[in-house]
Amino acid sequence: MSATASAPVATRIWTRFTPAQRLGRFAFYLLATAAIVWSLRKIEIIPEFLYDAPQQTWDLFQRMWPMDWAYYPKGVHDALIETFHIATLGTLLSLLLGFPVALLAARNITRSATLNWLAQFILVSSRSVNSLIWALLFVAIFGPGAIAGVLAIGFRSIGFVGKLLAEAFEEARAGPIEALKATGAPASAVLAKGYWPQVEPSFWSVALFRWDINIRESAILGLVGAGGIGVALDSALNNLYWDQVGLILLVIFAIVIATEFVTSYIRGKII
Amino acid sequence: MTAGTATPAARNAFVPNWPRRLAFIALGVYVVYAMSTLQFTWDRFSRGLGQGAKFLDRLWPPNFAADKLLLMSEGLLESVQIAILATAFGIVLAIPIGLMAARNLAPAWMSWLGRVLIALCRSFHPMIVAILFVKAVGFGALAGILALIVSSIGFIAKLFAEAIEEMSMKQVEAVRATGASWLNVLIMGVVPQVLARFVGFSAYQLDSNLRNSTMVGIVGGGGIGATLFTAYQRFDYDFVMTILLAIIAIIMVSELFSGWLRKVFQ
Repeated sequence: MSATASAPVATRIWTRFTPAQRLGRFAFYLLATAAIVWSLRKIEIIPEFLYDAPQQTWDLFQRMWPMDWAYYPKGVHDALIETFHIATLGTLLSLLLGFPVALLAARNITRSATLNWLAQFILVSSRSVNSLIWALLFVAIFGPGAIAGVLAIGFRSIGFVGKLLAEAFEEARAGPIEALKATGAPASAVLAKGYWPQVEPSFWSVALFRWDINIRESAILGLVGAGGIGVALDSALNNLYWDQVGLILLVIFAIVIATEFVTSYIRGKII
Repeated sequence: MTAGTATPAARNAFVPNWPRRLAFIALGVYVVYAMSTLQFTWDRFSRGLGQGAKFLDRLWPPNFAADKLLLMSEGLLESVQIAILATAFGIVLAIPIGLMAARNLAPAWMSWLGRVLIALCRSFHPMIVAILFVKAVGFGALAGILALIVSSIGFIAKLFAEAIEEMSMKQVEAVRATGASWLNVLIMGVVPQVLARFVGFSAYQLDSNLRNSTMVGIVGGGGIGATLFTAYQRFDYDFVMTILLAIIAIIMVSELFSGWLRKVFQ
């Protein structure tokens, strides 16, 4: 007994990371430092502009105050409503278009690697194009106005909505689905009564979340002519009417805060 | 006998939910109303489709002339630099603000202050913040960097604070019980629990900054955005296509990079 106990055991020293992990981390630190140093050295910053930055900032606030309240009924109110419509219709459009793509992307529903890949490709390309770029493209096609904004918001959101919905489908429990299939239910019934009740909570929470984001995004689409309050902001900026700019920023701030309250209220209520 | 024949009325497994149906009808009415106020007509849509075909025709093939490529690479490099610097400074500034805002580590007044700071940083889209910074510090990359730093702080600090609030306090208490200083508690008790998530959303913010740094140029914040918007306004659509392809390529590379980064700091 004692012989086995005293047999030399190869001493193993505990280390927190494997050599590969350490190498990876080291590579990252090196890369990050190099990238930051390179950027700092190459970036063009004009120091002359910086000297008067405090005065310019002070000037900015002085010009913004007092705000041009009279402009609200004339130029802001309708644009604000339009922004709201753009965000809401865009979100609905993305739900409409994103739902079938999500079905295609969910591996437990569509059992074809090619179709899954195709759906993933659609989702990734929708997400990697910024909503302003989508807006530029749609303004070129449909002309300036809210249509371009709705389409831009919708197409930009497909990737987000579709990805999260596809994940929700994949997480659905197989039990109810198999039970339905065993009764001989057609695919549409399996979808409507098997998957949908399981996916519905995440569907609405995704929709609300994206709507919240889209309200913010649709406020700036007007900078490239895609309608909404951004158009008013753009023209006020171009005319250097800073008192109008101040008013518009305040209005955007208010609607963003209001949206936050509404979404958190609804989320607490239905989910 | 009679008791046996009195079968209960066939139960409908799927009872109609009238409030829900009404809500859907209301939604449908809203869509029709909203579309009519936005002058959404079929005529305009179909005319747009014809226009779209012409537009696509002019987008393709992309313009790869040498002078255009030079112009583009300058703008793109500046965009990448803006994204890197904004992310780096954003992370550095977000750490203290996130620590301040975490309710389980900081006193109530401090976490309240942190929350207000985060809410302020998050309330405006980076493009709007960029407009203000262009006025404050002039045209150029600095305005873009500052604007993206603000949005990075908002995003990273918010998620960092949430990650800290969700971690287990047991380890923190264990480290505290040894008499460790505040900094030691942070390094030994907090960081190991939240590091992986912190790296995750910082990497996400790098991607997001890269997307936005290609756009802030539209309002004068430096980067490729100005080149893109000028080419667009000059109807130089084949060059627009080149820039778009380059932007998408860069974003794909950056997503691969952040995926690798997440794996390293698993």
